[in-house]
Amino acid sequence: MEQVRFEIIKNERLTESVFEMKLQGSMQDLPEPGQFVNIALDGHFLRRPISVCHAEPGLLTLIYKVVGSGTEQMASFTRGQQLDVLCGLGHGYDLSKAADRPLLIGGGVGVPPLYYLCEKLLEAGKDVTVILGFNSKSEIFYEKEFKALGAQVLVTTVDGSYGIRGFVTDAMKDLDYSFFYTCGPMPMLKAVYRCTNTSGEFSFEERMGCGFGACMGCSCKTVSGTKRICREGPVLTKEEIIWQTQE
Amino acid sequence: MADTRVSLCGIELDNPVIPASGTFGFGYEFSEWYDINILGSISLKGTTKDPRFGNPTPRIAECASGMLNAVGLQNPGVDKVISEEIPKLQKCYRKGVMANISGFSVEEYVDVSKKFDAVPCVSFLEINISCPNVHGGGMSFGTSPESAYAVTKAVKAVTHKPVIVKLSPNVTSITDMAKACEQGGADGISLINTFLGMRIDLRTRRPVLKNNTGGLSGPCIFPLALRMVCDVSRSVRIPVVGMGGIMTAEDVLEMMMAGATAVEVGAANLTDPCACKKIIEDLPEAMDKYGIGSLSELSRGFSLWEKT
Repeated sequence: MEQVRFEIIKNERLTESVFEMKLQGSMQDLPEPGQFVNIALDGHFLRRPISVCHAEPGLLTLIYKVVGSGTEQMASFTRGQQLDVLCGLGHGYDLSKAADRPLLIGGGVGVPPLYYLCEKLLEAGKDVTVILGFNSKSEIFYEKEFKALGAQVLVTTVDGSYGIRGFVTDAMKDLDYSFFYTCGPMPMLKAVYRCTNTSGEFSFEERMGCGFGACMGCSCKTVSGTKRICREGPVLTKEEIIWQTQE
Repeated sequence: MADTRVSLCGIELDNPVIPASGTFGFGYEFSEWYDINILGSISLKGTTKDPRFGNPTPRIAECASGMLNAVGLQNPGVDKVISEEIPKLQKCYRKGVMANISGFSVEEYVDVSKKFDAVPCVSFLEINISCPNVHGGGMSFGTSPESAYAVTKAVKAVTHKPVIVKLSPNVTSITDMAKACEQGGADGISLINTFLGMRIDLRTRRPVLKNNTGGLSGPCIFPLALRMVCDVSRSVRIPVVGMGGIMTAEDVLEMMMAGATAVEVGAANLTDPCACKKIIEDLPEAMDKYGIGSLSELSRGFSLWEKT
C-alpha cells in the first residue's frame, strides 16, 4: 500500500457511461491483478475505490462507470490534472491456481480487473478463455483489447444484439476449464457460482469507508471467518463464500 | 520551539493527538503507512466481552463533509484482543494505549475492564457509553445520567488505571452526563461520539445503511463537538479529551482552546491514512503562527464573550 500522486494523461469515454483513465506517477510497488486503488476527490469526503485494469512502471489504467456524483466528477477530469491515490489495496487474484486453461468471466464494469489478470496469465503461458457479459452491444468495451492480448474471447449480450444471446453462464456451459476468475454484479456472481463445479475466485464490491482495513465498514462473513472486502478481499475463493452476508 | 507535550490524567504524552477508536483498527494496520510511535497514544477498536460481527452491510454512507457508519462494534472479543491484537501492536508501538470498552450490561463493562487492567501497555480505559443497544432500565448507558454514574463507579472499583468515559452527543444535556460520570469517579471525559443520522437511496427508496441509521462523523460535526467540549470542560474539573471532525492542526488548537487536554482524531484517518502524522507534523508551525508556546496552557488564554 502506498499513497501516490498521479497525473491524468488520458480520460476518455468508452461507452455512454464507462470511462478509461490513464494515470502517470511513480509507484514503488506495482498493484497486482484484482487489487484496487482509492481516489480522493475534492468535495467528496470518502475516496472512490476503483479496480486496476492495467499497471506497468509509472503507468496505471483504470476503467470506471459513472454511477453517482463521485464518478461523475471523475468523468469531468481532464489531462494534466493531479490525483491523490492510495495504491495497491486489497488482496487480489491468486494466479498460481490457474492451472493450464483458466476461464475469466467478467460482467459489465467487472470486466476491467480481468484484463490485467489476463495479461499476467498469458505472460505465464496459460491458455486463457474470457467471457465478457454486457446488457447490449452499445455497452461493450475492451473486446478488441482482450483479443489483442491473445485470449479467446466470447461476448454475451442479454438482448442478443451482439455475440451470444443471454448471460455469461450461457457461454460457460460447454466450456472446459481448469479454474475460473470472475468479477461482476452480485446476481452474475451468484449465477456463476451455481453453474459450475470447478474451483474459482470471486471479486466482490462493498461500500467502503477507508479501503485499507481500518474502519471495518465492509466486513463479510466467510467460511474462514470475518473478512474485510477491502483488505482480505475483494477476492474470495469459491469455497469460503457465504452468500447471504454478501446480498 | 513549540512544546507539544500534554499531561492526561497524570500520564505525559509527547503530543495531544490520539487516533479515535473505530477509525484506527488495533493500530498496527497503520504502521504500514508511517511510524505510529509519533502518536500521543492510540484509542483501540471498541472491545466487548464476546466477539461481534457487527451490523449487516452496507455499513457506510457518505454525506457532505462527513460520513455515516453503522459498523456495530465489530471486534474479536476481549480475550483475542489481548492475546492476538495487542501483541501485534506491540511489535510496532512502544507507548501506552487507551483500551476502548463497550458492554451490554454493567457486568460486561466490569469484566472487560478487569481484563484490560491487567495488561501493562494499557494506560487508560476509555469507557464507551455511547452504544445505543445496551440495556439500562430501557435506556442506554449513554443517555441516562444514573446509568452513566453506575457504570463509571463499577468500573472504577476494579481498576487503578485512569478511567475516561466517552459520551454520546445524542442527549438533552451532555454536561449533565459529564457531571454524573465525574461523580461516579471518572478520571476524564472524552467527547463526542457520533451523531445519529440517516441517508436514503432515492433509487431503491430504502435507507443506504442496512441498519437504517448510523453515526455521523467528519468535519461537518466539528463545530457541534467544539461547542460541547467547551460546555463540558467548564462543567467538570476532570480533564476532557475533545473529538469530533478534527482534520487539521488548527482544529486541534481550537479544540484545546475550548478546554480539551488532549484530542482524538477519527474520520480523518479513513480519508487519509497519514492524517494524524500530518497533524502532528503541522502542530509546531501552527502553534508558532498563533504565538502558542505550550499546549498545556492553551485553554487558560481563552475566554468566552460576556453576554449582555
